[in-house]
Amino acid sequence: MLPLQTRHNGASRVRKYPKNWKWGILFILPWLIGFGILQAYPLVMSLYYSFTNFSILSDGEWVGLDNYIRLFTKDKYFVKSFLLTFKYALMSVPMKLIMALIVAMILNMKLKGINLFRTIYYLPSIMGGSVAISILWRFMFMKEGMLNKMLGVIHIPAVDWLGDPDIALVTISLLVVWQFGSSMVLFLAGLKNVPTELYEAAQVDGANKWVQFWRITFPMLTPVVFFNLIMQIIHALQEFTSAFIITNGGPNHGTYLMGVKIYEDAFQNLKMGYASASSWVMFVAILLITLLVFRSSSAWVFYNDGGLD
Amino acid sequence: MKLKKSNLIAYVILIAVGIVMIYPLVWLFFATFKDNKELFGKMTLLPESFSFRAYREGWKGSGQFSYLTFYINTFKLVVPTVALTALSTGIVAYGFARFKFPMKKLLFMLMISTLMLPDAVIMIPRYVVFNKFGWIDTYRPFWVPALLACYPFLIFMQIQFLRGIPRELDESAYMDGCNPFMVYVKILAPLMKPSIFSVVIFQTLWRWNDYFNNLVYISSVKNYTLSLALKMSIDSQGASTPWNQVLAMSFISLIPPILLYFFAQNYFVEGITAGGVKG
Repeated sequence: MLPLQTRHNGASRVRKYPKNWKWGILFILPWLIGFGILQAYPLVMSLYYSFTNFSILSDGEWVGLDNYIRLFTKDKYFVKSFLLTFKYALMSVPMKLIMALIVAMILNMKLKGINLFRTIYYLPSIMGGSVAISILWRFMFMKEGMLNKMLGVIHIPAVDWLGDPDIALVTISLLVVWQFGSSMVLFLAGLKNVPTELYEAAQVDGANKWVQFWRITFPMLTPVVFFNLIMQIIHALQEFTSAFIITNGGPNHGTYLMGVKIYEDAFQNLKMGYASASSWVMFVAILLITLLVFRSSSAWVFYNDGGLD
Repeated sequence: MKLKKSNLIAYVILIAVGIVMIYPLVWLFFATFKDNKELFGKMTLLPESFSFRAYREGWKGSGQFSYLTFYINTFKLVVPTVALTALSTGIVAYGFARFKFPMKKLLFMLMISTLMLPDAVIMIPRYVVFNKFGWIDTYRPFWVPALLACYPFLIFMQIQFLRGIPRELDESAYMDGCNPFMVYVKILAPLMKPSIFSVVIFQTLWRWNDYFNNLVYISSVKNYTLSLALKMSIDSQGASTPWNQVLAMSFISLIPPILLYFFAQNYFVEGITAGGVKG
């Protein structure tokens, strides 16, 4: 059984597959079933639920756009929570990526002991999403917690890290920044791919470090920045654990992220139709943002190899 | 070796950042030996004396179920899930990377686009389905998606790795009379060890740290995992939370990920960059 028989007669390739194409289908079958039952079907059903007053206790009736109208007109917290989630993403993602880029550039200076630093910087990324770390965060940032005690030593007045709605959002964003290691590793790999000849040529031309960064390093890194940006934004818009454990959505709904709101509506208040509607608003927003970043990418992302293979 | 001025500045920054990164974890470690009064009273890093009381008391858990139960439960959830993920993503990646079949482009695009599908959107109908099957409060809602390769990022990672293995190897195995399945088992799977290992590591960490799915699918304390047990421990005690015990149990729950990290460090870097840069 030769797998690649038809590869050479390119003219008749249309609608013709190698004899073993059924094996290919067989191998992807687990995913195909999973996609159907656990992703496509739920996606369609949640859209359907969003037009009903479905809950796990009752089958629910068709209510049309009622849920959506209520979200934007009657729900005291939906718009607030929606905007808050974006504020959280806009705050945490750039901070994390800038931090990751700066540290990656320093690590790329080929100093001794780089591996040790890389190990330490990556460590928070392997556990940052856990309940244990959220608990640690909550304890460290309490009013009478460790951080304020340390600030007290250098005579900085205690900050109400978790009690003030605006500051609380910063506090949970800091947990994301603390995990900059995962992005840093990607940047570091990207930096290694920048040909050194480019810098040599720039030095001959008399370009200083600042110009070199903006003319060489950053353009060469933009594909990695792009990938990171998309993945981190999607991730941040769905954040749940930190807002639920550290601040439980508070104070005064200051960290009431969409993830927390949807969970509470669906699984605590059992308004699953209603929660489905908010999850769809969120989903569409995520799609739009991703599309926007993709669209903008042709203006600022530079592919050295002329595009994806 | 001469130390240049710019290198000196670099080291100062690296060390400062390193301390900020690691300090919370070091502090957590020493805090587990303190008693509650000391935790709130002083800010010194080292405890006055090393006491294992917080561990002994905390380990008792809810009284009815100790942390031994929660630990075992977490393993019952994580280990089969990880094993099934490794099996399913490898074979699906093989299907996508090596075969042509009708609608392949479309299916591949669908697979990649599920990367952007938020959990919150599919969570409710999934819950309804699993509820109908009677799977709530079991670990099947974790095992079955793993068996059915519902982890597009990990499939993608394996595809990227497979692309780097020359097709000539497959073809010579076909010459020897292997069927496509045997080619995977005998030739490719052994060569894919690094990427399969990366899948194992990522999935272990994700499942170990996961809280949201646990919260939704597991309802009775006897099935609680570490994440759920830890959350319970800060809720149940009210104002008098024994923080030293909570911190001790938090630290204990972090030990497996930390061990995994130190034993398998290089695979982390390889795996994360394979998925992110080459693509």
